[in-house]
Amino acid sequence: MFYRLRALALAVLVIAFAVPALAGPFDDAIGKFTTDDFSDTEEAIGVVASSGNPLAYPIISALQDERLMFDGDSKKVYIKQTDGKAIDAATGAAVDSIPDGASSVRLNNRLRRSVEAALGGLTLLSPEVATRITAAQSVFKSHEETVLPTVEKALAKETDRTAKQALSEARAAILLFKSDASEVDKLEAVATIKGRGDQDALAMLSDAGSDQPPSVAKAAAAAISSIQSRLAMWSAVQNAWYGLSLGSVLLLAAIGLAITFGVMGVINMAHGEMVMLGAYTTFVVQEMIRTRLPGAFDYSLFIAVPLAFLVSGAVGVLIERSIIRFLYGRPLETLLATWGLSLVLQQAVRTIFGPTNREVGNPSWMSGAFELGQITITYNRLWILCFTLAVFAILLLMLRFTSLGLQMRAVTQNRRMAASMGIATSRVDALTFGLGSGIAGIAGVALSQIDNVSPNLGQSYIIDSFMVVVFGGVGNLWGTLVGAFSLGIANKFLEPVAGAVLGKIAILVLIILFIQKRPRGLFALKGRAVEA
Amino acid sequence: MLTQTTHNGAPLSRRRWLAAAAGVVLGLAGFSSAKAEDTIKIGVLHSLSGTMAISETTLKDTILFLIDEQNKKGGVLGKKLEAVVVDPASNWPLFAEKARELITKDKVAVVFGCWTSVSRKSVLPVFKELNNILFYPVQYEGEESERNVFYTGAAPNQQAIPAVDYLMKEEKVKRWVLEGTDYVYPRTTNKILEAYLKSKGVAADDILINYTPFGFSDWQTEVSKIKTFGSAGKKTAVVSTINGDANVPFYKELGNQGIKATDIPVVAFSVGEEELAGLDTKPLVGHLAAWNYFESIKTPANEKFIKDWQAYTKNPKRTTNDPMEAHVIGFNMWVKAVEKVKSTDPDKVIDALPGTEVPNLTGGVAKMLPNHHITKPVYIGEIKANGQFDVVYKTKDLVPGDAWSKELDGSRDLIGDWVGKKCGNYNVKTNKCLGSGS
Repeated sequence: MFYRLRALALAVLVIAFAVPALAGPFDDAIGKFTTDDFSDTEEAIGVVASSGNPLAYPIISALQDERLMFDGDSKKVYIKQTDGKAIDAATGAAVDSIPDGASSVRLNNRLRRSVEAALGGLTLLSPEVATRITAAQSVFKSHEETVLPTVEKALAKETDRTAKQALSEARAAILLFKSDASEVDKLEAVATIKGRGDQDALAMLSDAGSDQPPSVAKAAAAAISSIQSRLAMWSAVQNAWYGLSLGSVLLLAAIGLAITFGVMGVINMAHGEMVMLGAYTTFVVQEMIRTRLPGAFDYSLFIAVPLAFLVSGAVGVLIERSIIRFLYGRPLETLLATWGLSLVLQQAVRTIFGPTNREVGNPSWMSGAFELGQITITYNRLWILCFTLAVFAILLLMLRFTSLGLQMRAVTQNRRMAASMGIATSRVDALTFGLGSGIAGIAGVALSQIDNVSPNLGQSYIIDSFMVVVFGGVGNLWGTLVGAFSLGIANKFLEPVAGAVLGKIAILVLIILFIQKRPRGLFALKGRAVEA
Repeated sequence: MLTQTTHNGAPLSRRRWLAAAAGVVLGLAGFSSAKAEDTIKIGVLHSLSGTMAISETTLKDTILFLIDEQNKKGGVLGKKLEAVVVDPASNWPLFAEKARELITKDKVAVVFGCWTSVSRKSVLPVFKELNNILFYPVQYEGEESERNVFYTGAAPNQQAIPAVDYLMKEEKVKRWVLEGTDYVYPRTTNKILEAYLKSKGVAADDILINYTPFGFSDWQTEVSKIKTFGSAGKKTAVVSTINGDANVPFYKELGNQGIKATDIPVVAFSVGEEELAGLDTKPLVGHLAAWNYFESIKTPANEKFIKDWQAYTKNPKRTTNDPMEAHVIGFNMWVKAVEKVKSTDPDKVIDALPGTEVPNLTGGVAKMLPNHHITKPVYIGEIKANGQFDVVYKTKDLVPGDAWSKELDGSRDLIGDWVGKKCGNYNVKTNKCLGSGS
């Protein structure tokens, strides 16, 4: 009796282990990975995913990360595990090394979708909540009928609220597309999907429109129009956010110019190049960190900000001392000299760093986005907005409360009086110009996160910067702030209606009309400073 | 004493310096004219400064590299080749001036150059008037066939149309966003694509055409517009003719807003290995590009070319791209034609070029057609995490370039034929040559 039991157990064990080794659909499927043909791979994914074999998950997830290797000669498939070891995909046995001739099984978009769907089905019962949610979301997208029992099983024992929601949405998506689901189930499904209220839900409901029972089709149509009207409301919020974000970029680019042009009155065409120098400083800092201290990459911007300020500030002081100070009071000559200078700086950077774009990476805390209601807010834009406001506040406080700020204001308001009071006006000029340039450099650090780091970076911002400063009122920092945000928001509300090209033209026309009416901008300086 | 000598010495030494300088200049002039007799000069007309430097500098290096290689093989017709490099500085009128300078002053036998269509249009009259040869290596909008120009880049039927076909067939795309920069190449290409899509039964509601200015960087609204357009329950794809620098912020915004290639794929006609070098490509895996060459294509010819190129530029990471291959083909065709007629005389070379066949770098044969375009394979590549492209589709046969699009009214019946009809815009319906000016 005892022996018999043991023999039985042994037999069960042998069978359990032997099943994958037997030539069957699973093995045939594994063989299909070696043909390097997309349709074969797709077939293999389907078979492996539904095989119930314990190796299915490792195989499919390896496929997703290009860790599934095949050797065309020996027709063997290997899984390169994340720890560097390798196993045979057909048997699960460890292998010493993958042959040199092996290469990854290739994917295209269609296959990537099947892989995602298959992984969704395979990880629905994962112990990790986050994995279950991702799985439910990919099932929602693929609405693959075969996983319905798994979804229902997962739903029955789910305790986490978010995961439960995701799972019931996944179930609804499957039921909506299942041809033999009951009408009641389908109506419920429409209601659940309607509850999501986002673009994915909209896409799904529009897609499911045909060949549904009339009551379901009617409910779906009602759901679509209700989602659409809600989304239309959100799109106004979204435009406002985009406007704020564009405004912050404009402000950041213009804020340095508000000092050099606004406060000092120097028409500085090389302002954009100061921004560009700041961006290249970021590139150099990141490059150093990449080679020396890869772990500190997330902090690269904190190092780059002060450095960019110093680099651009120093170049600014140098320019002021060597060129601009001889040209005070001669705006046309200053314009030409700084224009020439901007070309020199551009070509210098092109010679040193090459004409191609340089890669500046986003630190992890600046990548990606989050959803707020129905709008997507990207982290890099959000941080740039915060950063801009911080820079603006610091600058304002500095002008207001430090002695350098006091001297700057004194010199720009009445140079001779300030000189008689013992202020070294030429030193203050140099420092003011350096400050304006340094802030442009800081702007470069932020702009490197959303734009190309190329020698032409500055050119694209110079016109916008002048526009903001002139529109806001020359010599007034608050004017620059209000000017930047109103231009940003106006632009983003015009863009969806008129398109990007016409929108930009419309803004320029509006500014021309506005300047006709109020030549001194939004916030004109009053009093004696005007005559100075 | 001291002042005395300087006062006396200055004019003297200045005179002497002038004389010396004049001597050097004369010597140089004599030297170069002496040299001109035993070298063949090749003009390189690519912007090395300004906006287009980002793309064109590499092409200048490519021609220098090809000349170097050819000279190692003994040059052409027993003479060494010599490059004359000028910088038109991304300034379109300057292209015409520099082209004139190359032909009249430097007496070049052939010019390799231009990138943007507007620069090509600006040099056209110069090449016609002075009767010289231009090899133009970039994919362009078509609708042109000139006696003096050889188009080694793709015409729309060699890039845009196969890409759209691929998306329709493989990805079952039903809804299309045609997103482009606002100038002649995207506008013409999109006009052709729109006509083509409509002829394939795509409804007007399912096509969204959108343009943005040059160097556009705030893509938030555009990308969310694409997202909204894509949520109508039909598979949507973006066909991008966005040019130059605007691509990087566009792809960054796509990545940040979480639009993955599995949801809404983007197929681009102006994004190559060079543009991706400035980007973190991980969020972009699966987006597509259509070209006639990819660096990742494994053929012996391509591997040798990449190796030699990286050795020549002393940069083991230097990438190669499609317009570079076009220059390789154009250069080799010119050499072959010159060797055939044993002369660099433009008239003879122009007549000898059609029919010339040279191997391309991807294992096929490029043949110069009577309309001055060439045969090319079409590849669709998906962006990989390492910034290279993985070829997912290739046309079975080589596609001959159409100078005039078959999709547009007015150009449907036109052909370019510089062999039989001696005409760039021959109407096959009326059997008439429209001549220049159209």
